[in-house]
Amino acid sequence: MEQSIISIKNLGKKYNIAHQRGRYIALRDILANILRSPFKFAKHKAKQIVGLETKEEFWALRNINLEVNKGDIVGIIGANGAGKSTLLKILTGITPPTEGEIIMRGKVASLLEVGTGFHPELTGRENIFLNGAILGMSKKEISRKFDEIVAFSGIEKFLDTPVKYYSSGMYVRLAFSVAAHMEPDILLVDEVLAVGDAEFQKKCLGKMEEVTKKEGRTILFVSHNMGAIQRLCQKTILLEKGKVKMFGKTEEVVNHYIDNTNSRATEAHWEKEHAPGDSVAILHSARVVDENHNKIPFATANKKIGIEFIYEILKNGYTPIPNIHIFTMSGERAFMSHEEFNEKLGTAGKHRATMWIPENLLNEGTYIAGIVLSTMTPLTIHFSQQDALMFNVIEDIINSRKLDFNQKIPGVVRPRLKWENIQI
Amino acid sequence: MNNVTIIRPKKTFSWNDLKEIWQYKELLYFFTWRDFKVRYKQTAIGVLWAIFQPFMTMVIFSVFFGTLLKIPSDNIPYPIFVYTGLLFWQFFSSALSETSNVLISNQSIITKVYFPRLILPLSSVATKFVDFAISAAILVGMMFYYGYAPHLIGLIIIPLLLLVTFMAAVGGGLFLASINVKYRDVRYVLPFFIQILLFITPVIYPASIAGKYSWILAFNPMTGVIQNARAALLGTAPVNWILISISFAVCAVLLIVGVIYFKKVERYFADVV
Repeated sequence: MEQSIISIKNLGKKYNIAHQRGRYIALRDILANILRSPFKFAKHKAKQIVGLETKEEFWALRNINLEVNKGDIVGIIGANGAGKSTLLKILTGITPPTEGEIIMRGKVASLLEVGTGFHPELTGRENIFLNGAILGMSKKEISRKFDEIVAFSGIEKFLDTPVKYYSSGMYVRLAFSVAAHMEPDILLVDEVLAVGDAEFQKKCLGKMEEVTKKEGRTILFVSHNMGAIQRLCQKTILLEKGKVKMFGKTEEVVNHYIDNTNSRATEAHWEKEHAPGDSVAILHSARVVDENHNKIPFATANKKIGIEFIYEILKNGYTPIPNIHIFTMSGERAFMSHEEFNEKLGTAGKHRATMWIPENLLNEGTYIAGIVLSTMTPLTIHFSQQDALMFNVIEDIINSRKLDFNQKIPGVVRPRLKWENIQI
Repeated sequence: MNNVTIIRPKKTFSWNDLKEIWQYKELLYFFTWRDFKVRYKQTAIGVLWAIFQPFMTMVIFSVFFGTLLKIPSDNIPYPIFVYTGLLFWQFFSSALSETSNVLISNQSIITKVYFPRLILPLSSVATKFVDFAISAAILVGMMFYYGYAPHLIGLIIIPLLLLVTFMAAVGGGLFLASINVKYRDVRYVLPFFIQILLFITPVIYPASIAGKYSWILAFNPMTGVIQNARAALLGTAPVNWILISISFAVCAVLLIVGVIYFKKVERYFADVV
């Protein structure tokens, strides 16, 4: 039997809760702690030295055992915090595991973000070389594929313009083109297809499929987009709370996942230490509300639905724009909407952003709301909570406009549009 | 099949790390190229800034310390005396401060792609070295103007002095960079520290000014570098091999401690940055 190309044995990754979030500790805080409670600090230190201290530990991954065969495209799905990204980060080598072992037989490349290392001041041409090198291509390899990369991105005209003048679409196109021309044996991909316009996404998916079939490349693909997973992957891994819940045929795994995720609520809170965010802004809470900002357990199709979230701007100087993405259960994006640019959005302090979905727009069904806060220039994503909320939209039987039609109206949306009918 | 990657819980240091850096030498080149390219974008006189800064510092120091305060300069014209010191000093101080910040300024790359992290500090020192090379052109011009020719031995020890400076900047920088990941206090302490260091390094005055206490200055590795650079290029004194050896030893220890500490902290960079 052929050796599997990736074999993972007993993999585990432990975080100490105190270290888990990215916020940095100032020496001042430590000094202040010593002054405030010197005795407690001494006791704590002593315990730490003797090794008695009970640290709060958190296993992001534990006892992971997987074998992936050459040429397979394997999807990785799971709720937030299930350990998908951690697994990918360990596979790429960004962060080492706490225990266990991984053996990968072949050249490995990773794509955790499009345009990693792109520098806004450099031109498109320069960034192709820089980004290519960061992704692990040699200079010769990039030179050889340069024309192909440029042609694929379709930005020939702007090749010598600094990328800071690019539209975000052009930026993503260029970045993705570089990534699409890597030639590893194993490719690790995170939620990168979530950006870029639909047409270009399709082109990229096509390119990925093409090379996999032709060259036998192995791909591990993390996504929330069940549609993309179903289209691309033969096999899928379902992670739950740091463990492999299921590994098998994509269809079975995805169905199992969808059937079991309905427990998520119309309200979510994040503790400060675990809040999604960066040094500029963090997310506090999110919920589905009615027109009076009252939390609702489900939404009604013929009433206004509000999706709102409370976030805190920690630092001036950015203008983060709230945007909300609504997905169907199969992972297709129904639509996204963002607030208009406005200087006030960057004011430090707490903000509450509400997006109003008009009555009679969403069809009955279950939807997922992704909550994102991003600054356009320079393109920064402060947080992106892809499945922050999940809500059901139901028909109000009494005031329904379904008439006697006793089945679900087909479609993601069921807008009430203006019609015209003249007898001619 | 070649190219087998094995990932295990990280150990502190192994010789493979050095091999790995060699494999990634092209990335080192690209990071250096990027830093250099980006720095002078959207500036009117571009790379001339690399010359302008040390040159203006030299002019101002010459006027105040040389002409008005009449600080002794081992009987050579003060401008060329101070410029020789400044050249090495600025290479050291700018490389040190750049290196200490390198993990923070590249955090978006660190958390997304793997490469040997040591590449980053190395590339920032390399960038500063290019600056050094450019501003060294002025020194050559000044040597012509004042009629100084370097000793043959001088030309030989210059690379050695650069190596010592490199080790000092990288060693200290790695140490500071590792601390900076967790405690951003470094950002506030370092400029102050560098300023103080300027005064306890014989840049604007000769080491001989300290009289019988000048041996204390020898512990500062930059003292050995700057004094010997003057000795070698301007012939102020015979090359002091003892001083060079001390500097070399101090810096080698600093570099080793820096690398070991950096490797120790490296494993949680991506989780903490």
